[in-house]
Order: sequence, then C-alpha cells, then structure tokens
Amino acid sequence: MSEAVAAHGGHGHVQPAEKPLTPESWGKLGMWLFLAGDAMSFGALIVGYGILRYASKSWPVPSEVLGINLTAMMTFLLIVSSVTMVLALAAIQDGNKAKFKKFMGFTILGGAIFLGLQAYEWTHLFTDILPKYNLTFSKDLFATTFFILTGFHGMHVTGGVIYNICVLMAVNRGRYQAKHVEIAGLYWHFVDLVWILIFTFVYLL
Amino acid sequence: MSTAAHSQHNYIKIFVILTVLTVIEVAVTFLGLSKMTLAAILVILAVWKAALVALHFMHLKMEKKTLTIIALVPFALCVFLILMLLPDIYPH
Repeated sequence: MSEAVAAHGGHGHVQPAEKPLTPESWGKLGMWLFLAGDAMSFGALIVGYGILRYASKSWPVPSEVLGINLTAMMTFLLIVSSVTMVLALAAIQDGNKAKFKKFMGFTILGGAIFLGLQAYEWTHLFTDILPKYNLTFSKDLFATTFFILTGFHGMHVTGGVIYNICVLMAVNRGRYQAKHVEIAGLYWHFVDLVWILIFTFVYLL
Repeated sequence: MSTAAHSQHNYIKIFVILTVLTVIEVAVTFLGLSKMTLAAILVILAVWKAALVALHFMHLKMEKKTLTIIALVPFALCVFLILMLLPDIYPH
C-alpha cells in the first residue's frame, strides 16, 4: 500500500482499481486457484479412466471386485472429518481455542483412520482379490486406473493430514488465526469432494 | 461470520443430508436397475453431494460469484476433454 501511495505522489487514500475477490486474505484466493488446478489433474485422471473403461471390451464389475461396504464407511468418515473441520473453523472464529483444538484433532484423526483403511484395502486387494480375478496391477487397465486414482487421492489425504497438523501446531503457538484455518479447510473439503466423485465413478458405477 | 450459531446448525443439517445421500447411493446399487438408469441416478447424487460440500463447507455460497466461476473452469475443461476424446472411442 505504501508503494501505491508513493507512486501517486503521496496523497493518501488511494483506492485500489478493483476490490479483491477474497477480501479476507490473498491466501484464500491462492488456495482456490491451486484447487482449480488440482481439480484439472483429478479431472484428467477421472476422464482418462472413463474413456479407457468405455473403450475396453470387458471390464470387471467394480462393486463385485472391490466391495463397497468398507469404501462407503471411508466415504462417511471423510464427510465426518469435513464436518469437524467446519466446526473447528466456527470454534476459532468464535475465539474458542480449546474447542478448535478438539475438532481439529478429530479432523486429523479422521484423515489418519481413512489412510489406515486405505492401506488395509490396498493390501487386501494386492494379496487376495487381484490374484483371485486374475488381474495384475501393471497389465490390466482396471487395476492400473484404480490404483492411480485412489493413490493420487490418498497422497492428497496424506498431505492434508500433515497440513492440518501444521495448522494445529501453528494455532497453538499463536502464529495462525481463523483465516489460516479457513484456507486449510478449503483444501480438506476439496479432498472430501474428490473422494465423493471417486467413490461414485470408481466403486459404484 | 456474525451468525456463528446459525451456521453451525446449518453445518449439521448439511452433514445429515450428505449422510442420507451416501446411504441412498449404496442402496440404489442393490435395486437391480438398468445400467443407464443407475448411472444417471449415481451421477446426479454425486454432483449433488459435491455441490453441497463446495457451497456450504467451502462457503462458495457466501463468496463472490467470480470465485464460483473459477471453481467451475475445471469441469468445463473436463467436458471439453471428453468431447475431444470421443471420436477415438466412438466406433465402440
């Protein structure tokens, strides 16, 4: 702002040419732009999966091979962790740090349990299910697309859990405020949103 | 956010809707519907859920409209990508 004032001869009260899209913080706009780019990565992977599946002569029925009971649980778990994230944000906006820590802890725990369940699912698929259906990770498009899509998402969850832990610690030390929590929340909800789509396109359809 | 109590109530409402929609998603797969009907229902439910998360949890509903347009760009590109790839697989 001081540069802008200086550039205008120091008259003060210089109005910006445009109002910012996110008046609260530039970080929020930055996160939205990052998420739009990230959504393009996920979009390309999901579209690629759909095209390959449609073009294939035969494709196993996902719900039979993968099973959807565990994954429905995982979907529910991510939705719950999204809710605890917005409740954590609401708490810190009210200035209630203790409540924020509790709900942020639940959010981190939810993400960690999700990752644990995914590790269990992958192990189960590799050791029991894929051999049973005569599928190979590197040779069958069904297995390849599945592991790339869920793996790419799982890495996002891993990143989100680490990010949330950092935010919790930074708030603890008084370095982060509500606006930083809101930005972390955007990322976490995006990961939840993508899983909702993956659950439908990869498991249910 | 001056109406914190109200918005918290709203969050729980959205959570309940999301949970119910997830239960419906799993339930419809057991109904033995035709492939196209099932796909249509599941896609509508998924988009509905995704929209609820974006509008309420990510607060798009309260933000400036331009931010929603930014968020929709990837979806437009996905539609474009599908259209560009369709000729490759159309004979199937």
